[in-house]
Amino acid sequence: MSDTFLLVTLFLPVASALASLFADRYPVVMRKLAFPLLGLGGIFGVFLGLDTLLHGNSATFVYPLGLPWLNWHLRLDSLAGFFIALISIVVVAVSFFGPGYIREFEHGKQPLSILGLFTGLFIEGMYLVVLADDAYSFMIAWELMSLTSYFLVTYQHQRAANRRAGFLYLLMAEVGALAILLSFGILAGFGDGFTFDAMRTAHLSFTWSTIAFSLGLLGFGMKAGIVPIHVWLPEAHPVAPSHISALMSGVMLKVAIYGFMRLSYDLIGNVQWTWGVALLAVGCISALFGVLYALMQHDLKRLLAYHSVENIGIIFIGLGLSMIFYGTGHELLGTLGLVAALYHTLNHAIFKSLLFLGAGAVLQRSHEHDMEYMGGLLSRMPWTGLFFLIGCISISALPPFNGFVSEWLTFQTALQAPSLQSGVLRAVIPLAAASLALTGALAAACFVKVYGISFLGLPRTRNARRTSEASRGMVFGQGLLAVLCLIFGVFPSMTINAINNATLALTHHSLDTATAHGWLWLTPVSAQTASYSAPLVLLGVLLALVAWAIVYYILRPSGHADTVRGPTWDCGFGGLNPRMQYTATAFAMPIRRIFSPVWRLHEKIEREPRKGLPEEPAEIRYQLHAEDITWKWIYQPIERLLNIIARSVGRIQTGHLRHYLTYTFVTLILLLWLIT
Amino acid sequence: MLTQLPFYQQAILTLSAMILFTSFALLAQSRVVSIIHAFAWQGAMVALTTALVAYDTGLHHLYISAFLTLALKALFIPWLLHRLIRRLGLIRELHTVEHPVMTMMIATSLVIFCYYVAQPIEQFSETITRNTIAISMSVILLGMLMLISRNKAVSQVVGFMSLENGLFFAAISATNGMPMVVELGIAFDVLIAAVIFGVFFFHIRDSFDSLDVSQFHRLSESDE
Amino acid sequence: MNNWILALIQAALFIIFAPLFAGWIKRVKCWLQNRRPPSLLQPYQDLRRLLSKQVVMSVDASAVFRVAPYIVAAATLLAAIVVPLIAVNLPTTAIADVIVLAGFFALARFFLALAGMDIGTAFGGMGSSREMTISALAEPAMLMAVFTLAMVASSTNLSTVIHYVLADGMVLRPSLLFALLSMLLVGIAETGRIPVDNPATHLELTMIHEAMILEYSGRHLALIEWAAQLKLMLYSVLIINIFFPWGIASELNLVMLSTAIFAITAKLMILGAVLAVSETIMAKMRLFRVTIFLVLALTLALIGILSHIVLEIH
Repeated sequence: MSDTFLLVTLFLPVASALASLFADRYPVVMRKLAFPLLGLGGIFGVFLGLDTLLHGNSATFVYPLGLPWLNWHLRLDSLAGFFIALISIVVVAVSFFGPGYIREFEHGKQPLSILGLFTGLFIEGMYLVVLADDAYSFMIAWELMSLTSYFLVTYQHQRAANRRAGFLYLLMAEVGALAILLSFGILAGFGDGFTFDAMRTAHLSFTWSTIAFSLGLLGFGMKAGIVPIHVWLPEAHPVAPSHISALMSGVMLKVAIYGFMRLSYDLIGNVQWTWGVALLAVGCISALFGVLYALMQHDLKRLLAYHSVENIGIIFIGLGLSMIFYGTGHELLGTLGLVAALYHTLNHAIFKSLLFLGAGAVLQRSHEHDMEYMGGLLSRMPWTGLFFLIGCISISALPPFNGFVSEWLTFQTALQAPSLQSGVLRAVIPLAAASLALTGALAAACFVKVYGISFLGLPRTRNARRTSEASRGMVFGQGLLAVLCLIFGVFPSMTINAINNATLALTHHSLDTATAHGWLWLTPVSAQTASYSAPLVLLGVLLALVAWAIVYYILRPSGHADTVRGPTWDCGFGGLNPRMQYTATAFAMPIRRIFSPVWRLHEKIEREPRKGLPEEPAEIRYQLHAEDITWKWIYQPIERLLNIIARSVGRIQTGHLRHYLTYTFVTLILLLWLIT
Repeated sequence: MLTQLPFYQQAILTLSAMILFTSFALLAQSRVVSIIHAFAWQGAMVALTTALVAYDTGLHHLYISAFLTLALKALFIPWLLHRLIRRLGLIRELHTVEHPVMTMMIATSLVIFCYYVAQPIEQFSETITRNTIAISMSVILLGMLMLISRNKAVSQVVGFMSLENGLFFAAISATNGMPMVVELGIAFDVLIAAVIFGVFFFHIRDSFDSLDVSQFHRLSESDE
Repeated sequence: MNNWILALIQAALFIIFAPLFAGWIKRVKCWLQNRRPPSLLQPYQDLRRLLSKQVVMSVDASAVFRVAPYIVAAATLLAAIVVPLIAVNLPTTAIADVIVLAGFFALARFFLALAGMDIGTAFGGMGSSREMTISALAEPAMLMAVFTLAMVASSTNLSTVIHYVLADGMVLRPSLLFALLSMLLVGIAETGRIPVDNPATHLELTMIHEAMILEYSGRHLALIEWAAQLKLMLYSVLIINIFFPWGIASELNLVMLSTAIFAITAKLMILGAVLAVSETIMAKMRLFRVTIFLVLALTLALIGILSHIVLEIH
């Protein structure tokens, strides 16, 4: 069965891409054919992925494509199944969301066919990356994914900012791809072949495996968005169409995580604890950096992009802990860390896609992307508001939603540090966990800001006041993901049962203790050490509310209406207006003051003096821009260095024909000397 | 295990943790008076620890060391410094820490580093206080960090004295104290140092109109 | 089955006696400040009065504003089910460990802060912004103290931790001492007591918690007030039962349970008195001094972890 399902899953996105070629002439094709085909492919993908994951079977396929001596090898094991299911879930949600969302592009300047074509190919590329079983097909699929997403980022290429973001993205994607290629090159050199099977058998010395690992970290990390190679992310995600942002942030980053896991656990194999320490450091820095920069943003999609950096950091903390425990021989704890990382990968895919879809709905209906111009959207878009709230709760890691479970598992892994031999690791790991705690608390603060400023309060502009609910399909797409946020939060033991099969494929260990006490209880190490019962928590909340309802109906005051509406208290001065509300910048001000060295803040205050009264300005304008600190300390020095090198190399370009002939002549002689 | 240790040995461990805390407090404090108070507390706790070690090992000369420490570090030098800053009119002065978060992070990594360095030493040591070697080394390094991170003469002197506390504490925890002659000599040195610093404060202030040591670069002969 | 019933009774004790504990603190404070104290039952009368009143809601209030009090109350109630008051080994403690407990408090705070921003007044936004800033530092401090405990007892389950401390007997552990100090500071910050926040103030520029709930009235306000009292009692019981658990019932017979009730009452009275004394001798801090207060809590927790690793592991 999986054979047919696989072919159908792979065929439908291509079909969707081809169908949308007709979209310029018949725009209805996009809505009625291209997106339904994508969604159908996604549904097949979910079944395929779950089937593979739950039954733990693996299958290999060889297709006579590609180079004559190197066929395409595809392999479907339970790890691939996990990621196919993850991609497909988001694809299904996007296919419901898309038709409503692209309405505004139907009369735009850009051809719809481009959007549909590259969306289909982009999804196809991600499926193929996950399925690839040799370096050649992996790189082809990887490039397909990178290039198509470049075209999607620059879809609205009229704006210079979008082109610049696209170029930055393309540049970093290609540098990353080069690093991955080199990493595969090392493995292929030792393993004598480009298939993953050959690479698995390679025996690498510590030095070579560490080089391969570092190149992989650079390459996949650039795609995943770890600090300091994250800079493309906050530029590219906001400018892409929102359903593409959801796919890129929710899924494409996860594909990079997949590649990294496949490379380090499966292909290189002998995991070293020192790698884990490096990942732990990278993860902590990314998580803190991401959330602190997110706090300073007031462009909704840019803020969400920085939160992707944060969450990738959390995933890397889980991976780092896992590698530390593996490398020191604690297989079970290593698996626990891996399960935490995979769980968070799944959760982030779902809630981040949900949030990007919500941001897309807000963008489409209100035409505002800056939170400072929103406000009061909840009463205007109730469903989007509800689902966005669920996304906010999930990403802030609050029980009983899904984000909490994976962070809790990461904490539990970190708390097993005393079983390590090395004293320094015992001391460092709890501190890493503390930085994760700080990240979580700051993320909650950030999402109170996001939701409070954009959805609550009073509308700050006319656009915000005139917003109305998004179309039914868009709401349904979000609702689907919101329900999944709750399901994965309330039934963690079942989810972990499924994830166990994926870790089996990767490390031949699974975490049976976590679910040993039945579906109600989650006990990562043992029942004495820690337990959490999400279903009972949800039940408790519901019981408490029912109990209150009973109490209320018994004690209800009779005789008058129990709730009356009145004007907001204005301290007796009168004339409250929306401009008096706290702004996003004001909300984050205390945090900005506490952590001030983290950003390069450019503050500008303009005073318009009043005539005759210079102390009392007629108007004050305040502008704040938090510049990414990595630009000044990392990228600008690199740029200067490159310029210097380019200039010195440029000196050989004299423009005289005789000089170029001399170069050729000298080269020829050198080569002749070499071959003797 | 900790539970098998007698109570006063647990107290020694607890006191050493508190000494570490005073070192952190010294690093983070910005009011001059609070700095001196924290230093006095540190001295008192080092003295108490020494007395407990003396009780535990039965080495009576350690009681004398403990008494000396208490008299000098917890009472006399803080009193001297207090008197000095009052005469210099610095009672309310703030010695702001320039990068508090950075300093704290460096301090934490120093403690972990000391733990890493001290682990092999601890395995060879026979004393009951061997676990505190890492702490005493941290106190020394944190004292040096304070010397580096502050730019006012008074806080630097306190940093120096706290460093000396760490050295003394290290001697106690690693080898149950140095010979009596050496200890008396060091105590005397510290005393003299405190007095000399006091004299210097006045001289520095006369020459530079402040106790800010970052002004010292003016002494350089190169003309910038 | 008996255990589940006992667990529910214990939660009921929390609910019932939380206002009394708040009343006790107020009474001690009045004694200390030479004022005539109100009746110990005054908080109950306040709650009853609020419950019987009509709710007046702003025309701009959305559903979040209406739902928030219930979610705050429910999350705090869940926390009350989990924290052992008079007996360990109850089945409900397995529902959530200390980290989940911190999660419940975070959930309550999240909705309270959202409700503060819902009406669109400057006060609400100010309160929410400050509350989230303070919690951003207090929560990691609390979790670090919890990590210290978890590493000492190698568990995050409250029952196991309390058992471990009981079995340990009278041991002076530097790590637990620092964790205790850190938890005390965090408790003060999280329950909005002096010097971080003043529960009695209605001066706009100094308030945090009160600023967020300024627009609430009637039963909504009653629920929020009651949840705040419950939170104060929860933190107190948490600190008492983790660090000074002696007297808590480890077996479920009548003698032990009555001893436990007596012991926890006495300890709560002492802790409440200590809190009242500290509130009397301290003044409220400026907002940005609170940062220093919380960084102190963080440093204490940090030294707790370090001293456990450096000093206590052989």
